[in-house]
Amino acid sequence: MKKMLAAATLALTLSASGLAFAAPLKIGMITTLSGGGAGLGIDTRDGFMLAIKNAGNKDITVVTEDDAQKPELAVQIADKMIQSDKVDILTGIVWSNLLMAVAPSATAQGKFYVSTNAAPAQLAGAACNKLYFNAAYQNDNLHEAMGQYANKGYKKMFILAPNYPAGKDSLTGFKRYYKGDLAAEVYTQVGQTDYAAEIAQMRASGADGIFVFLPGGMGIAFMKQFAQSGVKIPVMGPGFSFSQDVLPAIGDAALGAKASGQWAPDFDNAASKKFVADFQKEYNRLPSIYALQAYDAAQLITAAASKASVKDAAAFGAELKKADIKSPRGNFKFNTNQHPIQDIYLTEVVKNNGVLTNKTVEKIFSDHGDAYAKDCKL
Amino acid sequence: MLLTRENLVNLILALGLLAVPLAANALGQPFYITLATRVAILALAATGLNLALGVGGLVSFGHAAFFGIGGYAAGILAAHNFSGDPLFFGFSGTNQMWIIWIVAVAMAGLVGLVIGAISLRTSGVYFIMITLAFAQMVYYFAVSWPAYGGEDGLSILVRNQFPGVMTMVPLNYFLICYVILLLGIALFAVIRASRFGAALQAARQNEVRVATVGIQPYRIRLTAFVISAALTGLAGALFADLNRFVSPSMLSWHMSGELIVLIILGGTGRLFGPLAGAALYVAFEYALGGLTERWQFFLGLILLLVVLFARGGLLGVLAGKARHG
Amino acid sequence: MTIALALEQLLNGIQLGVMLFLMAAGLTLIFGVMGLINLAHGSLYMVGAFACATVAAWTGSFWIGLVASLIAAAAAGAIVELVVIRRLYDRDHLDQVLATFALILMFSEGTRWLFGSFPLYLDIPPLLQGAVALPGGTEYPLYRLAIIAAGALVAFGLYMLISRTRLGMRIRAGESDREMIGALGVDIRTLYTVVFALGAALAGFAGAMVGAIQSVQVGMGEPVLILAFVVIVIGGIGSIKGALLGALLVGVTDTMGRFLLPKLMLLFVPPAQAGMIGGAIASMLIYIVMAVILAVKPRGLFPPAHA
Repeated sequence: MKKMLAAATLALTLSASGLAFAAPLKIGMITTLSGGGAGLGIDTRDGFMLAIKNAGNKDITVVTEDDAQKPELAVQIADKMIQSDKVDILTGIVWSNLLMAVAPSATAQGKFYVSTNAAPAQLAGAACNKLYFNAAYQNDNLHEAMGQYANKGYKKMFILAPNYPAGKDSLTGFKRYYKGDLAAEVYTQVGQTDYAAEIAQMRASGADGIFVFLPGGMGIAFMKQFAQSGVKIPVMGPGFSFSQDVLPAIGDAALGAKASGQWAPDFDNAASKKFVADFQKEYNRLPSIYALQAYDAAQLITAAASKASVKDAAAFGAELKKADIKSPRGNFKFNTNQHPIQDIYLTEVVKNNGVLTNKTVEKIFSDHGDAYAKDCKL
Repeated sequence: MLLTRENLVNLILALGLLAVPLAANALGQPFYITLATRVAILALAATGLNLALGVGGLVSFGHAAFFGIGGYAAGILAAHNFSGDPLFFGFSGTNQMWIIWIVAVAMAGLVGLVIGAISLRTSGVYFIMITLAFAQMVYYFAVSWPAYGGEDGLSILVRNQFPGVMTMVPLNYFLICYVILLLGIALFAVIRASRFGAALQAARQNEVRVATVGIQPYRIRLTAFVISAALTGLAGALFADLNRFVSPSMLSWHMSGELIVLIILGGTGRLFGPLAGAALYVAFEYALGGLTERWQFFLGLILLLVVLFARGGLLGVLAGKARHG
Repeated sequence: MTIALALEQLLNGIQLGVMLFLMAAGLTLIFGVMGLINLAHGSLYMVGAFACATVAAWTGSFWIGLVASLIAAAAAGAIVELVVIRRLYDRDHLDQVLATFALILMFSEGTRWLFGSFPLYLDIPPLLQGAVALPGGTEYPLYRLAIIAAGALVAFGLYMLISRTRLGMRIRAGESDREMIGALGVDIRTLYTVVFALGAALAGFAGAMVGAIQSVQVGMGEPVLILAFVVIVIGGIGSIKGALLGALLVGVTDTMGRFLLPKLMLLFVPPAQAGMIGGAIASMLIYIVMAVILAVKPRGLFPPAHA
């Protein structure tokens, strides 16, 4: 309740930007604010609230609650937000397994869900829904981009991911575009902290490149251990393996790592520069890819809210789908399955004034959608 | 039944759990019905554990395994019913709750029999840890086995059905769970008061004496463990239908820990201890989660204070020392 | 698969085992002397890692951080013992499980309160950077060899402490008869605080050593806590020797399982599935081993004679 009031007063104190407001809109943000994964949730919340603040629409309120990365708790909070707080839109969940617990039931109850990160294949394909939008990507996208990139100059790849659905999607996405040989395809335990056995296999495999998808602490552990191993094979991965939330903890061991992303902090466009400057001013750190995705999700919602009432689901959904925003990532539009069509870039970890960050190298995909849109009957 | 102080407290608890959702329904606040349903289901799961832990002194740190197996029984049967893919011998699942409950009870009981048969060879801390190990085995299996969603879990798109009842209506589903909880508590009471229950308690207090009068503690304990597992499994099936979702986190060691927490919070071995504990725990979780991002810290602090200073849990405070001890 | 790779994996297994031993030694010591199950042992491991990372960031020296981790974890342990744990010695295991479970919640959230939500940076000291060539031609990280050496030193140090010193004598006396040493005039309350702080310091040391090659983050102690429990249960609770052998068994089994099972599965199913199924079984392997051992020897491989 306190947080809701705070959000409301925040909205009140800001100058209204003069748009024609359609109707009051209440957003429920469920994200991870405690435990090991809290960094991602905090970036999600901060990026989202930055865009809400910038929009200055005093009819929009946001309630936030911590899911502690537990699916059951996320379901309970979603029930509360829908039944008790009467929110119109849910958003903010970081993890695919929590999203699968919440999103289908939220849309079944007639509420919008705008995802800021998680994008499991089912919801992009056969189980797509006109009330479900994803502002980030489809889970496979960044892995597909690395598969495409690896075709240039890598003949034998060693690929590795945790043994859970997002990990399997990852390697599937990579293999969808990679045409060379595979030295090995290895699945590690979820939450594994020691990678000595896998690194030894990499050394012995004769691979000329390594693709790893190890989000959060797993990636930190792997990169530090790999740097010490004396193995000299180049490492690459999807953007979140080297995002701003983990880079400071990996340290120089990440230097030179290639990754794919739909955005990096050095993007040379006005929207991106404004986003990075605003975020640094507000929170005194560089934004991660999660902050960007949440920022865009909030932009999408506020843009639609200025044109249509959320009570008219068809009209509001149509406005959302227009994606009439200036995204820091540049090109952004929605596919038929309401997942992004966007450009995906190759980035490299560099040190800039003593701070580790991602530098854009080249474009891998232009206007890239996903493989599941054809299964979606919308 | 004598109107002792404990019975009075029990009655108030039982009626209170019924009153909250009825009032919430009248006031148009359906969320509190969901919350009360959660309390009822967790109380049933903990009642199952209470049989092994409170009466038999078998500190199982692995009951999440049975809770999760019950949940997966519901999830898998419903998923096959929805997709029409046969599960085995042309049987393609079901959406009938009572069949699901039977399967959940049978599966949890069966797995309980295997785990119990091996674990009960040990005792004390070894028993705590071997039950934890078995639960971890089931957990990792569920996380890495791709067929039913792995770590992503399994959604039940439409809540399963019960003849003559609209289960999607929150109050109706609450009433189903409430009745089952009362039946579970009644079963617990009957078992505890029976000759079997007396032998189980005696085995906890003095194993040697029980053995000398010709009762085998192992078989008594194994029977209690299997019934305990089955009850917790039934609660798991109800929980899956409440959330319309089941995932490996139902199997995690945190879940096992929470079930133990519920029992101690309410009062170990007490008939209504699990209900009191579940009500208190859910209330804390809900109230603190709304107040502060740091709610887990304060939850920990409250639990710690209960263990240190409120021995006997909530019922110990409200109704005095337990008759059974 | 070459002999060199198999040997390297064996070394990896031993190294993982040594890391587990550092955790398990404190856990089993505390149980052996006080009969206490301490679920919060993983939190003390986390305290050590955070202390080391923070002090190393201030001073620029891993070694000062390592000393700080010992002090911080021992201090945290002593405080927890004085405020909470000593009220639990005469309780049953159930109360101990719950109280230390509550401590985990408080430690995790408290650490996040103090240090924020993002993982901290902690790097290996320059002295131990890089890899060295092993006989047979493969390279092996120097730091992992240093962990093995540190574990061996700790094992030896504990052995000396317990068998050769006055404190060790009291610990042994405490293990065999708690009432007796009180009657003999040993200040048992101080002894318990010292033993708990010692166990905590070992956990903190492990956290700092391991933190340098893993992620220093909230919740890092939980996976290793469960493994440490597996280790001491296999070894026989209360036995340092059992903890060492149990740790090596778990480390080697886990590493070899992860390495060999997917290859074994290749004989039966296509590669993508072999990785998945092999990985699934590998993640359950140590629990299977533990269940089998306990089914055959219900009190572990080396049960202490007296308990």
